[in-house]
Amino acid sequence: MAVPESAGGAFAAVVRRDVRSALRRPSEAVTPVVFFVVVAAVFPLGTGIGPATLAAVGPGALWIAALLAALLSLDRLFREDLEDGSLDQLLLSPHPPALLAAGRITAHWLLTGIPLLVAAVPVAVLLALPARALPVLLGALALGTPTLSLAGAIGAALTTGVRGRSLLLPLIALPLLVPVLIFGTLAVRAAAIGVSAAGPLYLLAALLALALTLAPFATGAALAVGAE
Amino acid sequence: MPRLPPEAPLLGIEDLAGRRGDRLLFSGLSAAVAAGEALRLCGPNGCGKTTALRIVCGLLRPEAGRVRWRGRIVSEPPGDPGWRRELAFVGHHEAIKDTLTPLENLHFARALRGGRAPRRPAEALERVGLAAERDALTRELSAGQRRRAALARLLLDESVLWVLDEPAAALDRDGAGLVESLCSEHVAAGGALVFTSHQPLDLASGRVRELRLGGA
Repeated sequence: MAVPESAGGAFAAVVRRDVRSALRRPSEAVTPVVFFVVVAAVFPLGTGIGPATLAAVGPGALWIAALLAALLSLDRLFREDLEDGSLDQLLLSPHPPALLAAGRITAHWLLTGIPLLVAAVPVAVLLALPARALPVLLGALALGTPTLSLAGAIGAALTTGVRGRSLLLPLIALPLLVPVLIFGTLAVRAAAIGVSAAGPLYLLAALLALALTLAPFATGAALAVGAE
Repeated sequence: MPRLPPEAPLLGIEDLAGRRGDRLLFSGLSAAVAAGEALRLCGPNGCGKTTALRIVCGLLRPEAGRVRWRGRIVSEPPGDPGWRRELAFVGHHEAIKDTLTPLENLHFARALRGGRAPRRPAEALERVGLAAERDALTRELSAGQRRRAALARLLLDESVLWVLDEPAAALDRDGAGLVESLCSEHVAAGGALVFTSHQPLDLASGRVRELRLGGA
């Protein structure tokens, strides 16, 4: 039987474990995406604005909903592993914590980022987004949601094991997440009024590159300290 | 570096001090564990047994003192990540995922450890008496059965040092017997064992030394 010997095997094992675990608890797994759809759906009702205004503020509302949905699921990112002792075993493995944090973050994105991308299509309709903005919206979400998972994981790791962390996490994570919100909204708004969205999309890509290189290490280090 | 004599202890605990929060739990803790030896930490609740075990594993930084493995200091950075391949830890929390079956839990543990494991997860589960439950979701199992699944993790590879925090907690009489026989076999095979236990474990072979914490 093939047994993964390498670091890649451990990374894949973490991703597989988390995805499989989540799929066995479907009601928890769909909570963020349901939240995303509900917030976006009640936004036009709650504000009572017409289609013209909605087209202007819709992109912002959509990104705020995505950010809050990510924040909602980030709070649980490492909590269970801490409470059931799995975090100890991860830290005691011969692999660097950054690698295992990267596995956990990848699973988080697969479980929240991808469903968010799918749900964004009906949400765009609810928010009266013009059809021509849809490719840019999906591109911006594809670039932005991994950054939300990566940067948010730093906050989640820092607050793991802290009492009253549900309050602390937004405070720590929001400054890391707000750039994604700003450039994501800019990109979609530009596409909605028919101008080039290349600038904000490049910035989103740059943020993703930055988060990819830094966040796993920061998260791993924060977890190792947090275990104490 | 001078070569160690063959009798040198595997694990050395030197003048260790540990704290939780602002409270100093113990200090001046020293012990050595050689191959084929067991060390039992004892003392009243809250005296720092778990903290001491976590320091030995490297999950906690000691307040003072150091931990050596095969003569090398492992309790201070940069440490030696390779030594973790020789260490197996079963803590108070079992690190068994509710949403996975015992078999899946063990496969994950093996992948995490790098999978040099000579023993297959199914065999390990058989040894701890979970052969029939290996494909049931762990959340449907009892606390004792979860504990058995965690103990099966010890059998996956040939870890030299076992660190066990109350290994017989939640186990019935048979289960406690299982812990005793697993530990006996491990020590007889030349392994080293550090554990805490409220009920004394009767190891058929090897020596069990006791180290008392607290009341300093």
